[in-house]
Amino acid sequence: MSADRSTAAVAARRDERTPAATLEFDGVSKRYPGASGPALDNVSFTVPAGEVCVLVGPSGCGKTTAMRLVNRMIDLSDGDIRLDGDSVISRDPTTLRREIGYVIQQIGLFPHFTIADNIATVPKLLGWDKKRIQARVAELLEVVSLPPEMAKRYPRQLSGGQQQRVGVARALAADPPLMLMDEPFGAIDPITRDRLQDEFLRLQREIRKTIVFVTHDIDEAIKMGDKIAIMREGGHLVQFDSPAEILTRPADEFVARFVGIDRALKRLTLRRLHDLEMAPVPAAQVGDDAGPVYERVAASPLDELIVVDGEGKPLGRVGADRLQAESRVPDSRLDPVGVTAPETWTLRDGLAMVMTDGNRPLLVLDEAGRAAGVVTVEQLSGALRPNGSPAPTVPERGDPEVSA
Amino acid sequence: MLAVPGAVLPNFGQTSSCVRNNGLFCWSWFSQHWSDTFGPAIGQHLVLTVIAVAIGFVIAMAASLVAYRLPWAGAGFNVVFTLVFTIPSIALFELLVPATGLTRTTAEIALTSYTLLVMFANFVTGLRGVSADVLEAAEGMGLTRGQRLRRVELPLAIPAIVAGIRVATVTVIGLVVVAAYVDNEGLGVPILQAIQNSSFKTELIAAAVLAVLLAWAVDALLVGSQWLLTPWLRSRRA
Amino acid sequence: MTGVLSVPLLLASANDFSGAFKFIGNNPHLLLTLSGQQMVLSGAAIGAAMLFGVPLGLVLGHLHKGSFVAINLSNVLRAVPSLGLLAIMLALISFGFLPAFIAMFVLAFPPILTNVYVAVDGVDPQTVDSARGMGMSPFGVASRVELPLALPLIFAGLRTAAVFVIASATIASVVGGNGLGNIIFNQPSYGLAGVLGAAITVTILSLLVQGVLLVAQRYLTPRGLRVTRARGEATALSVAPGGAENLLAAGTEPA
Ligand SMILES: Nc1ncnc2c1ncn2[C@@H]1O[C@H](COP(=O)(O)OP(=O)(O)OP(=O)(O)O)[C@@H](O)[C@H]1O
Ligand SMILES: [Mg+2]
Repeated sequence: MSADRSTAAVAARRDERTPAATLEFDGVSKRYPGASGPALDNVSFTVPAGEVCVLVGPSGCGKTTAMRLVNRMIDLSDGDIRLDGDSVISRDPTTLRREIGYVIQQIGLFPHFTIADNIATVPKLLGWDKKRIQARVAELLEVVSLPPEMAKRYPRQLSGGQQQRVGVARALAADPPLMLMDEPFGAIDPITRDRLQDEFLRLQREIRKTIVFVTHDIDEAIKMGDKIAIMREGGHLVQFDSPAEILTRPADEFVARFVGIDRALKRLTLRRLHDLEMAPVPAAQVGDDAGPVYERVAASPLDELIVVDGEGKPLGRVGADRLQAESRVPDSRLDPVGVTAPETWTLRDGLAMVMTDGNRPLLVLDEAGRAAGVVTVEQLSGALRPNGSPAPTVPERGDPEVSA
Repeated sequence: MLAVPGAVLPNFGQTSSCVRNNGLFCWSWFSQHWSDTFGPAIGQHLVLTVIAVAIGFVIAMAASLVAYRLPWAGAGFNVVFTLVFTIPSIALFELLVPATGLTRTTAEIALTSYTLLVMFANFVTGLRGVSADVLEAAEGMGLTRGQRLRRVELPLAIPAIVAGIRVATVTVIGLVVVAAYVDNEGLGVPILQAIQNSSFKTELIAAAVLAVLLAWAVDALLVGSQWLLTPWLRSRRA
Repeated sequence: MTGVLSVPLLLASANDFSGAFKFIGNNPHLLLTLSGQQMVLSGAAIGAAMLFGVPLGLVLGHLHKGSFVAINLSNVLRAVPSLGLLAIMLALISFGFLPAFIAMFVLAFPPILTNVYVAVDGVDPQTVDSARGMGMSPFGVASRVELPLALPLIFAGLRTAAVFVIASATIASVVGGNGLGNIIFNQPSYGLAGVLGAAITVTILSLLVQGVLLVAQRYLTPRGLRVTRARGEATALSVAPGGAENLLAAGTEPA
């Protein structure tokens, strides 16, 4: 899809857009019948209109409960929840729900509706005419970066990540002033998840909704939230602050620990592959004398020769054993280049890639696609350590000096 | 016997040697009597079946909707329908005769009774089988109870509903044969007539085979209609 | 709906029921003899169906072959009306025990075969693998792992077949397979009370046999599996209604 086109389209419609709503939790408690303690205990916070509030906390701390109280899927035991100053208790539940976009934890697409019909659910309930619904569906598919031909498919013909986008599109359909999103990116691989988060942030810059977003992942919270609400077992709200505040001034030991483990991972997202001291690539061109090349390969963490073209772009790999048997760098029967990573990737992406690739050293490419260096799993995981000192970059097998 | 089958008995004296010797299947006799015996019998058989299944469907659907909301009521329906189901069919037919006579009404009351348990059990299972996530999403988007039922729960229960209708229909087609004892209609009539007629083989086989074919055809029709009704189930993953 | 249901209940008024029980009390010998005959016919048919169906289902399920035949046979034969089948037997063989027996066999065989197949085919492949890994022979795997694990489902099929055959055996008296149908089909001689009494007897027989089968199942099922698993009792039709209802929904025909 073209980003400018959708931005323009969104801008053109900004006037008719429902304004975002302010959400207030005021001393909210919830006790489930028969439960020993409260699932939510005297929780108060305010999400200003147009901001993203992320709820984080361990499993069972009451995040889903807090969301379901807002759209009255369940009823309050104590306190009040106000939307733009009006108590939700005074509202008719079904009407209220049609004004609040809700993405449930398990997606919950209707398996018997096409994607278009799924997205059109609330507009149909609101009695929009056919033309307007069609246009809205097309627009939303574009917004969540799904190709238009998906409209006629059924949910089970989509991947998990695509289904989650449909879930988000469906919640956005009637342009609600408030969105409740319960782990919308749970159960998705880290790379796709990262992309969905970026898209979400881009989208939010355009639509400026009030959003309550649940996650288990403090990194996601830091990345997505204008405000973070950290909760703990028993339904207590421990800290409600901006991400920067939470990282720098955790309210107590619990928050510090909760943020701490993941803060290491957060560090990984702040550094990029080119920030590391990469080992040189054992590279050579077709026809080079195999002898000296072999020595470089043997000295490298990468146990293979990278055959490159005149510009230094990789063409393929040759295993050390085969190279030893050849007199010149061969030009045929090369192994495929395989897994590579651009040097602008964060360490976290790099680590995820290495781990899916069986912990083999990662070939890093520069902006122009040339082989720039080799990064090992030890280097990447070393960057996780609290003191921030990266693991030694010296590969065990030899002298990094040898280079093309 | 309760009923005396009233159709014309085959005249042994004047017909082919096949019929005189009670051969296994006399094609000419069968084709002679297609239009006066078998054709109309198939029609009656179908009508009896459709009426019973239709009434049974309405009752079972109502009962299953109640049971879906009120589990204790479901247990009650289950006991009643199971009891009705275990009465041997011929006995139920006979028990009804004093009240409603040798009529189609008698046949339909009994036939309908036998459809209830199967359809009820399947409908309830189908409704209860709708995934909690989907229901949660539907409620969260502001569908009212009625809308959830019509747009989500019933459509998703279609496979189980059709399965119930299939079993009920095939069961009824079999029972309509027995119903010939109290209602002079359907393919049971030639069968009873043939049994009384020194087991006239051609008629026995023709009527029984037609009943089987009828059941298969109707079952295939129902399978086909389910296919048409559930497009989301036939799509392959792309 | 109460309208439809109340009719048979009204008809079988207190009067009829007291008449029926009087009939049962006055004719214990007749009812016992006929019950015996009906049970012999049913037992023989079910026994023969098991004799063929269980080993065949075990072998096919063990090899995971022949699912199309094993599953569809039930769906196809389910559509055959009992009385129609009896009529065909009458035409092919004439009156007596044999045509009734063959008809009952044809009714009992499909649910037994299908359930054994589905049960054995569905045994957790990891369990089977680990049994193999420990060095069990194919016969050992089938007899000591697959069969015991499949028992609950196999019994579900057996109960389906039993309900089905005992009920249908009532009609078998039309072709000379003696049983309680002799009374039920002869209202002129025995009256409504006799018909109702015999019908009650058939129902009791059916419930008794099911009770016996449930006890046998409990006794034979490995201890670890004895937790309720009603949901697993899928049978002939691919959509399985839950719980005990299944027994009936899975392709029985009242007879
Ligand atoms: N319907 C219910 N009835 C009784 N207790 C409930 C109900 N729903 C949730 N609970 C309890 O309330 C507490 C909070 O549950 P909630 O679903 O809000 O947790 P959560 O933070 O969303 O957890 P997760 O991260 O695992 O989704 C838990 O202890 C849970 O067991
Ligand atoms: Mg939750």
